[in-house]
Amino acid sequence: MKLTFSAADELFREEVADWLNDNLTGEFAEVRYRGGPGDEHHFVTERKAWERRLAVGRWTCIGWPEQWGGRAASIEQQVIFHEEYARAGGPGRMGHIGDTLTGPTLLAFGSETQKATYLPPIRNGEVFWSQGYSEPGAGSDLAAIRSRAEFDEDAGQWKITGQKVWTSLAHESDYVFVLARIDRDSTRHHGLGFFLVALNQPGVTIRPITQLTGTAEFNEVYFDEAVCGPDDLVGAPGDGWKVAMGLLGFERGVSTLGQQMLFQTELDEIIRIAKVNGASRDPDIRQRIAEAHIGLKTMRYNSMRMLSGTEDGSLSREAMIYKLYWSSWHRNLGKLAMDVLGPDAELIENGPYDLNRLQSLFLFTRADTIYGGTNQIQRNLIAERALGMPKEPRGPAK
Amino acid sequence: MKFAFTDEQRMLRDTSQAFLADTSSSRAVRMACASDRGFDDALWRRVCDDMYWQGILVPEENDGLGLGWVEMVIVLEAAGERLLTSPLFAVAQSAAALTQCPKTACRDALFGSILAGDIVALALSNPSSDWHCVDARVDTSEGVTHLSGEAGFVSCGYAAEHVLVAAQNADDTLSLWCINPSQEGVRIERTPTMDQTRPMAHLYMDAVTVSNEQCLLADANEWFNRTLALSRILTVADQVGIAQASLDISVAYTKERSQFDRTIASFQAIKHKAADMMLKVESARSLLYYAACTVDAWSVGQVNDEALLEAAYMASACASDAAFFNAGSGIQMHGGVGITEEYDIQLYFKRARATESFLGRPSDMRESLASQLLDGAAP
Repeated sequence: MKLTFSAADELFREEVADWLNDNLTGEFAEVRYRGGPGDEHHFVTERKAWERRLAVGRWTCIGWPEQWGGRAASIEQQVIFHEEYARAGGPGRMGHIGDTLTGPTLLAFGSETQKATYLPPIRNGEVFWSQGYSEPGAGSDLAAIRSRAEFDEDAGQWKITGQKVWTSLAHESDYVFVLARIDRDSTRHHGLGFFLVALNQPGVTIRPITQLTGTAEFNEVYFDEAVCGPDDLVGAPGDGWKVAMGLLGFERGVSTLGQQMLFQTELDEIIRIAKVNGASRDPDIRQRIAEAHIGLKTMRYNSMRMLSGTEDGSLSREAMIYKLYWSSWHRNLGKLAMDVLGPDAELIENGPYDLNRLQSLFLFTRADTIYGGTNQIQRNLIAERALGMPKEPRGPAK
Repeated sequence: MKFAFTDEQRMLRDTSQAFLADTSSSRAVRMACASDRGFDDALWRRVCDDMYWQGILVPEENDGLGLGWVEMVIVLEAAGERLLTSPLFAVAQSAAALTQCPKTACRDALFGSILAGDIVALALSNPSSDWHCVDARVDTSEGVTHLSGEAGFVSCGYAAEHVLVAAQNADDTLSLWCINPSQEGVRIERTPTMDQTRPMAHLYMDAVTVSNEQCLLADANEWFNRTLALSRILTVADQVGIAQASLDISVAYTKERSQFDRTIASFQAIKHKAADMMLKVESARSLLYYAACTVDAWSVGQVNDEALLEAAYMASACASDAAFFNAGSGIQMHGGVGITEEYDIQLYFKRARATESFLGRPSDMRESLASQLLDGAAP
């Protein structure tokens, strides 16, 4: 059992740090520390340009095989990349979904044509993806999907009709992957298809959703006979659920340590303010700051165990608690920030509703415990999968 | 980076768990608690002769196993899981304390005693609520040195062959001594406690004459803080075991117990409680193994005292909360039978409570940590 990286990995770390240091300058200096969760709508053009810069340095899609332009980076190297990226203040990745979700899905389930068509532009930072899973009637109950896909024999195209919701940055993306029902008579996770759909077409309407922060990162996406080609179904008709669930397993938690570095900068800012405004003398605040520090370290070592776990990619017990842990911790941090600020927490310094970083943190962390599986759903999963307790009953309440 | 057990460590965990499943059953624990001795001497002999756990932290040059802290906490976690009632904790604590002392004849003799299965106890805690000041003094008059004062919560002290005791020198520094309970002026009494699975004693010293050879360390200030940290990490291992067992036996119970024509494990209110318990115990376990790795890195000079203390504060706060939360939630999940003497969850609940305040409360740990983070220096 050890907590240190190998000498080769430390060399890799230096390489990453040096490159970022050399490149997050000039035109990219202003995007440092920007575009993270709650701030994703800012500097979109600059962040797309940054993706192309990353691509030139071979720093997009580092986990992909070399054949497709990746580095076939090990788990350790991917962890290191994410850590150094966060340490350097690398901006929120516009290419995140293509890199970590679309790409690995196509590599695992896609045809050679799909790989050849879609992988290079993702790798080169030229095409951006968003995800189309949730629907108004399919949130926690994802299998309740109602969007439909029909193959139009005459046109030789798939036609998709329905509505997706909570699609991050759809208005800034080129493509969306969509889970839609092919077999009209099917229910639940049967009869679904996983489609690759261009967003810039007449059948697609995108409407931003204004959040409690006054900003809009999420969208509703309406499909009215939106089309995609016969080659744009991933896997066989009916395999949609299998493909979608496979996709959720790909990330393997390599970005968790990088995420924690962002959390650390937030906690550091709160500590700095507490020292300045005297909140650091309040016994309750002192306990809570210590608790936040412990929580962040706990996350780090939970992640280390998760990343050192099973080689086959199956989820370990530590992986199952990760989402519940970080989202609860982060939400508490938002409240701690407000309590450290005291009455000043209320003041808006600029514009009609231009929130500062900690105000955004406080408000937006309420979303953390909801998206990507609510805390309640996470607890169900932990109880059922890790502790072997009975599954939730389905169907109407009797 | 491989923050996971090696094959040898996994094997140690498996053999420890198997041995204790066999020897530290609910019945065995209850019999040990009810006995005059407070633990089972025959089992302690087996622990020493068959498992050699008393030798884990004793250095190889003193004929011990000289293993790392990960190995030590693996065994103590298994002990907590089975409510092991034994001098093992006291001896591990003393071995950890002695490894921080310079090589002296006294120290080497004590390592020898430990390996032979003697009980060596450590008196760190004072009877007041302020745990970080020591309530024993050193007086030297006419060339003769005496120890006077007292210390509370000495694990298995009443059964000890030797006791290590920290005392305040005239100049406000601390020193560390080894005394023999049969020495004149020494009185050690068993302390009646709510939790009976970790038997405790109170040490009284009335002008106990000590020789220079009995002095293990003349300036023990740093030793004291380090040893407190190490002792806390050993306690954390026990607490992780308590937290895990509380979760396991409670989930098992809810899968058996049926109400409204369903097992109560099928109710979301129960499932969500269990999920929270798992989150607590896995988090405490992560910090436990982080702390164990930190001790190993600290022993070879890779990290400083500050990092050692921080690891102990964090792990202790987290594991104390986890053990108490899990045992308390466990009683609730058991329903009515949870408050009966017959079911074991109450034993875990009491042990969780006892370990929670053993060397400082979780709130003390957080305050010490806050001091590191906010005040720029440890108290």
